[in-house]
Amino acid sequence: MQSALSISFSQASLPILNRPLCSSNAGPSTPRNLRFCGLRREAFGFSPSKQLTSCRFRIHSRRIEVSAAASSSAAGNGAPSKSFDYDLVIIGAGVGGHGAALQAVEKGLKTAIIEGDVVGGTCVNRGCVPSKALLAVSGRMRELQNEHHMKAFGLQVSAAGYDRQGVADHASNLATKIRNNLTNSMKALGVDILTGFGSVLGPQKVKYGKVGFPDNIITAKDIIIATGSVPFVPKGIEVDGKTVITSDHALKLESVPDWIAIVGSGYIGLEFSDVYTALGSEVTFIEALDQLMPGFDPEISKLAQRVLINPRKIDYHTGVFASKITPAKDGRPVMIELIDAKTKEPKDTLEVDAALIATGRAPFTNGLGLENINVATQRGFIPVDDRMRVIDGNGKLVPHLYCIGDANGKLMLAHAASAQGISVVEQVTGRDHVLNHLSIPAACFTHPEISMVGLTEPQAREKAEKEGFKVSISKTSFKANTKALAENEGEGLAKMIYRPDNGEILGVHIFGLHAADLIHEASNAIALGTRIQDIKLAVHAHPTLSEVVDELFKAAKVESPASTTAQGVKVAV
Amino acid sequence: MAVSSSSFLSTASLSNSKSTISFASSVSPTPIPSLRRVVFRSSIPASSHRRVMTVRSKIREIFMPALSSTMTEGKIVSWIKTEGEKLAKGESVVVVESDKADMDVETFYDGYLAAIVVGEGETAPVGAAIGLLAETEAEIEEAKTKAASKSSSSSSSPPAAAEALVPSPPPATSSPAPAIAQPAPVATVPDGPRKTVATPYAKKLAKQHKVDIGSIAGTGPFGRITASDVEAAAGIAPSKSTVAPPPSPPPAPTATAATAKPTTTNLPPLLPDSSIVPFTAMQSAVSKNMIESLSVPTFRVGYPVNTDALDALYEKVKPKGVTMTALLAKAAGMALAQHPVVNASCKDGKSFSYNSNINIAVAVAINGGLITPVLQDADKLDLYLLSQKWKELVGKARSKQLQPHEYNSGTFTLSNLGMFGVDRFDAILPPGQGAIMAVGASKPTVVADKDGFFSVKNKMLVNVTADHRIVYGADLAAFLQTFAKIVENPDSLTL
Repeated sequence: MQSALSISFSQASLPILNRPLCSSNAGPSTPRNLRFCGLRREAFGFSPSKQLTSCRFRIHSRRIEVSAAASSSAAGNGAPSKSFDYDLVIIGAGVGGHGAALQAVEKGLKTAIIEGDVVGGTCVNRGCVPSKALLAVSGRMRELQNEHHMKAFGLQVSAAGYDRQGVADHASNLATKIRNNLTNSMKALGVDILTGFGSVLGPQKVKYGKVGFPDNIITAKDIIIATGSVPFVPKGIEVDGKTVITSDHALKLESVPDWIAIVGSGYIGLEFSDVYTALGSEVTFIEALDQLMPGFDPEISKLAQRVLINPRKIDYHTGVFASKITPAKDGRPVMIELIDAKTKEPKDTLEVDAALIATGRAPFTNGLGLENINVATQRGFIPVDDRMRVIDGNGKLVPHLYCIGDANGKLMLAHAASAQGISVVEQVTGRDHVLNHLSIPAACFTHPEISMVGLTEPQAREKAEKEGFKVSISKTSFKANTKALAENEGEGLAKMIYRPDNGEILGVHIFGLHAADLIHEASNAIALGTRIQDIKLAVHAHPTLSEVVDELFKAAKVESPASTTAQGVKVAV
Repeated sequence: MAVSSSSFLSTASLSNSKSTISFASSVSPTPIPSLRRVVFRSSIPASSHRRVMTVRSKIREIFMPALSSTMTEGKIVSWIKTEGEKLAKGESVVVVESDKADMDVETFYDGYLAAIVVGEGETAPVGAAIGLLAETEAEIEEAKTKAASKSSSSSSSPPAAAEALVPSPPPATSSPAPAIAQPAPVATVPDGPRKTVATPYAKKLAKQHKVDIGSIAGTGPFGRITASDVEAAAGIAPSKSTVAPPPSPPPAPTATAATAKPTTTNLPPLLPDSSIVPFTAMQSAVSKNMIESLSVPTFRVGYPVNTDALDALYEKVKPKGVTMTALLAKAAGMALAQHPVVNASCKDGKSFSYNSNINIAVAVAINGGLITPVLQDADKLDLYLLSQKWKELVGKARSKQLQPHEYNSGTFTLSNLGMFGVDRFDAILPPGQGAIMAVGASKPTVVADKDGFFSVKNKMLVNVTADHRIVYGADLAAFLQTFAKIVENPDSLTL
């Protein structure tokens, strides 16, 4: 809301007013908008009237500029540089592209975004957003079905049931709503939304068009590729969209199978196991690595397995590949052939009602015209440097071309894409910026949730050994948190990995109630370079879950004293 | 408020930097580093510590670790490994709850988790043995025996150890209580390697209730074993009954709220020092069948039978290995052949199901349970074969080796408490059968004949419980008359 207001004024003209309203402009190099889906200003149209007035004015003026752009004579915000149609063209209107577009407009760039499918990309249409709708349902089902839990509250609930179509509608309605908000926010700011598949023709030149229509060619001073990713389906697996499905299909919730195998136990697989078991399915995990939840801190994944897997109707096979999956047909169930991940020997055959392929995501970079600029993808990913500048086949930077989000594979999270997009806009508008990926939090929305930022314990220990510093761990249990106990949700663990010599936070991992919301105190501290000895003096409201993080800070034993001025903190990038 | 609670909270954060505790062992030459680390030690008596290093004992005890300096006892949250499972060094074996957090306990040794001494949810003092680790598969049995002796002396005997194969006292040939059909196939051995498909929850339930998944016939889609198949096999009520309890009674009118506890049950509380022992799978099966039996309208008819001739015959054939059970079963079988309706059953409440065979189930008490081995074709087999068969069945029942068809194919049940001096009792009709016969003791009785002469005869009271939907009073009376005639003129039994 506040940032919406700030757009309508030029930053330079009202620096004092701007500062408190839009703190992200004030922080000189803080990566802003690290929100999960970068949905800032999605509620633009619902701003209180005061802001709305200024916005309307702004929109109006933008329209004029757009029409004036044809003669390329308008001055001020959004006027393209002399010989280009646009200052910035973004290929892909997912969360990354959206974040970049809004930042670009704010910086006064004339911006276009090319979308070949639907605005919002994976996150909004086939990812985080609809899955959160399903998980909201599964969380409530889980609670209502847990007689023991209800009894502990003194509550009595009659048999909880659900209507599959109703649940599915909730997910699709949410996706539609968020998509419209996203579209409207870009339209309102005057971002040109161009429809069709975009591809790079050459330096600073892009063509786009729908199939069967003539292509349009536009030029831009800078180009951002933000084409995202699609579900990765390993060889040998036949996806029919009904009994063998990917997350794209699963989010439509067209059926709730009695027994579903989930191939892959990362974020996607875990979240779906939470949804399916809450709705009554039984789940079999198939994981290629030796342990479930391989990406998480080992201690967290151990506890998570004890809470999220063992007591539920879930079993698992680890260290195996699903070498062949055949959809159900001719009166036969879904057949899954398992082979040993190391020896490739056949191990087992499973017969289940459905299989969900959650083996990760593959970059969507085909047909982008990368050959025109001599860029070779690596396993589909577009190589970039730490400023998201695209690197060509000779290891040289391609001028004015950037790639953000899943397509570069640095950190395949919606909010990471958005942060990368903002970072690129910062650079092309004259301020050097390197995003600290270690400050980007991640969350898995199971019940309870898992969240993390920075390094895992093994990673930190490896780094410490290499660089010769000491590592300490502080831990606290949700069992010691008043609010968690009031909610009867004492199951959980928070852990912080830090340097005892200077108080630097290396990583924080939380498993417990609302962990996804709790991580940001830690991720902000990492992003801003705040040291433990300073942040431990900050005050938390009691009783709140945030005290779990407070406990971590307070339990840490740091050798160096608190800075004399808490504000005197340097920004770590 | 915030300050005070904060200081409380900070004590709860863990002081050790790694909450995974590992087992150390006193077998190692180094002294026990600290209590916190010691979870394993050799099962050799502590007095022989010096010699421990030379003795090749490969069974180690897993001890309750001290997770903090204040901890005196710990609760087992869960065993991550099951009995017989292979352990690799560094793997988590058990989760222990202290006052502060749950911690995984790892093993320092490769081996097998041979026995769980303290089960999930139970508490043990720090340093007490909670499980046994065998180095090789061969030593698992030895460790189990150890665990069994350990648990028999312990008050908190875990269900796992109770299942250890301890020879049971010889069962009475007949049961002290009536009838049960289809108990869980507790230890039946699968016929051979066949592909069983069981759903994840079915597998979990089977493990939990110690049901051999290979012995269950799947009824789910594509013949797979589902949770309800396992529940049926274990004889437990389906867990899906999340059906709400009826609305709670209105709150007590007197609003002395502070002490008003929302008690949902009217059962009086347990007396102090009482103990609760959960049902075994077999006991659960009995319980389930007994509740089910309440839905059948039954009635009872008693009949005195003169056994002088039978007793005389029994004396004659006893040396040939014939038992009273076989005699009675044969007599009942022959009587049933003439009264097929008593051998029928009512499956759906709409029709008679006349059984093609006369299979007499005989209730037998076995250690802590009740099972009904079945004498198939009791009317057709001769007395000697029947006796032989019976011996075989009792042997199998004792060792829990009965195959399902050997205890669930009965069409009529015989229950005999006569050997305990019981003169009469009535039995509960097992679901799926038409009638059950309760046999009392044969006692010398003074009888007057129609001419007024007194004499002393051996009389036995027989009481039959039957399903009145298919068997009526006259049917039962006629059947009993036939039965009495056969017993009183028992020569036909030996034909």
